[in-house]
Amino acid sequence: MARKISILIVDDEESVRDSLYNWFIEDDYRVECAENAKKALTMLESDSFDIILADIKMPGMDGLEMLRRIKSIHSESIVIVMTAFATVDTAVQALKDGAFDYVTKPFDPDDLSHLIRNASKQISLLEENEILKDKVVLLENMEDLIGKSPAMQRVFREIESVAPSNASVIITGESGTGKELVAKAIHANSPRKFFPLVSVHCGALTESLLESELFGHEKGAFTGAVYNRKGRFEMADSGTIFLDEIATISSKMQVELLRVLETRSFVRVGGNKEITSDFRVICATNRDLKSMVEKGLFREDLYYRLNVVNINIPPLRERIEDIPLLVEYFINKYCSIMNKPLISMDSAALRRLQEFSYPGNIRELENLIERAIVVGNGKKITLKDLPPGKEIAAPAFESLDDLEKNHISLILNKYNWNISATAKALKVDRVTLYNKIKKYGLKPLK
Amino acid sequence: MDPDNIMLISFGYFEAGLLDRVARDVEQEFLLPVKTREGHLDLSDFYDPARRQYNGNSLLKIVETEFASDSGKTLGLFNVDLFIPILTYIFGQAFLNGRSGIASIHRFSNERYGIKADDTIFQERFRKEVIHELGHTFGLIHCHNPACVMRSSTYVEDIDQKSHHLCTKCLGQLEISRTVK
Repeated sequence: MARKISILIVDDEESVRDSLYNWFIEDDYRVECAENAKKALTMLESDSFDIILADIKMPGMDGLEMLRRIKSIHSESIVIVMTAFATVDTAVQALKDGAFDYVTKPFDPDDLSHLIRNASKQISLLEENEILKDKVVLLENMEDLIGKSPAMQRVFREIESVAPSNASVIITGESGTGKELVAKAIHANSPRKFFPLVSVHCGALTESLLESELFGHEKGAFTGAVYNRKGRFEMADSGTIFLDEIATISSKMQVELLRVLETRSFVRVGGNKEITSDFRVICATNRDLKSMVEKGLFREDLYYRLNVVNINIPPLRERIEDIPLLVEYFINKYCSIMNKPLISMDSAALRRLQEFSYPGNIRELENLIERAIVVGNGKKITLKDLPPGKEIAAPAFESLDDLEKNHISLILNKYNWNISATAKALKVDRVTLYNKIKKYGLKPLK
Repeated sequence: MDPDNIMLISFGYFEAGLLDRVARDVEQEFLLPVKTREGHLDLSDFYDPARRQYNGNSLLKIVETEFASDSGKTLGLFNVDLFIPILTYIFGQAFLNGRSGIASIHRFSNERYGIKADDTIFQERFRKEVIHELGHTFGLIHCHNPACVMRSSTYVEDIDQKSHHLCTKCLGQLEISRTVK
């Protein structure tokens, strides 16, 4: 149920206060009255009102002065000023000082209803906006940054301390450790969170493509440039730009990037107009930039420009205590994506996962869990559902039968239990496959 | 406790039979005996020459102090143009959950708006306004149901849109209010 809108009426004339009070009470608003500005300000110290209807001409402090004071305390309050003597100057002044509207007394009943309806609409839009903002923040912060290990706790603390600032950040860590997630978390906790986070994977683009991607281009700048295009720096105005794989950019691009970072301005490819953009830079790399600088592969001045704060994410093998949490998180995630009932993992399988070396880090663990949910029996993830691999100390299956059963199940699931396709892939006839299914009691996943 | 009756008091000239017809409708809506009588007031005391209208707040006060009783609801009926200081005009007003209210027929005739006279529409508007203001005295606030008589009306066209009946929700509220009071 919608909450009651509260209205404060401030007028020195008792008859006006009474009239408005009775009018609004009948419309189910919460209404309070004050006979002068001083009393209204005192009431506002202990109570808050959505709408304040204030007369301009009052003994002592006038309505305009009160409006300015209210706006300095409760900037979100909607103040409607009323007067019996309308002049353009006072109306303009009131609106400049933040009044929502300006009305002359007496007004038509319909005007009053419209006025309050508009103000109520504005209030509900503002509230809705706040709720949505909170939800966005919640969604952003709910991203997959998980870990209770001291190493990850350190990372969380660093994110928390660096996020509110405007400082450039370099995130280092092995491939698959979640560098982009850290960048997202920094952005989501920064004052720029309501503006875009623009990601560029520098390693995936050639030098000329990267230049056009970052700075944009004008129509006709090169073959194929059939229209003007905004660059990523321009898109990141007021927000954050995340440059992934920064170590892969060419020396020419390093010079260009340094210039942009120093001036916050650039020219689109093929253009001549200087464009300025207010962005924050976060970079990520899995390489040792410091040693690249020493070897002359990365510009020292750019390195220091980018490396104001360095956040290093530990590889998964150095925080195996986080594996149970991550497993639980990924099981939830993939059971939900695949629309399957929530399952758990038995302790033997969990122990096995903690023995793994994870060269691919969290990304690798995530893939393992996804696979286990696909091939598993849908009740519990066991050792059998984990892939046999050299990194796992003990073999997954002791007997040939188990191996065969698991393999057939895997291929059946791969082909959605299409018997002909599975038989063809296994290079056996359909009758043999039916017999094996019967022998091992295989059933399609529900 | 349920009030004993509803009293409609006319101040000024009303067409013969009009008040009795309205009284019957009110009786059916609130299921209470409705009485009518004439009241006498020197309306010049309530006239505002600057606005050429009659002060609704003062009239409501005089009805409350001089004519209302604790045993029922009283509605003062006028044929003059009513205003309250903040609004250019009102059709009527009442004390929410109180003993009295007022209503005027002044703005209900079609001729006032340059349209051909229609006595049925005029009477319809009047009985809706009377039931509406009495509804306030029973504690009913404005209703969002477009057909409910308690819907807020700022123009006569708004009054024409709604019925002269209380909606189910308002009837429920009325029941509660009459049981509790």
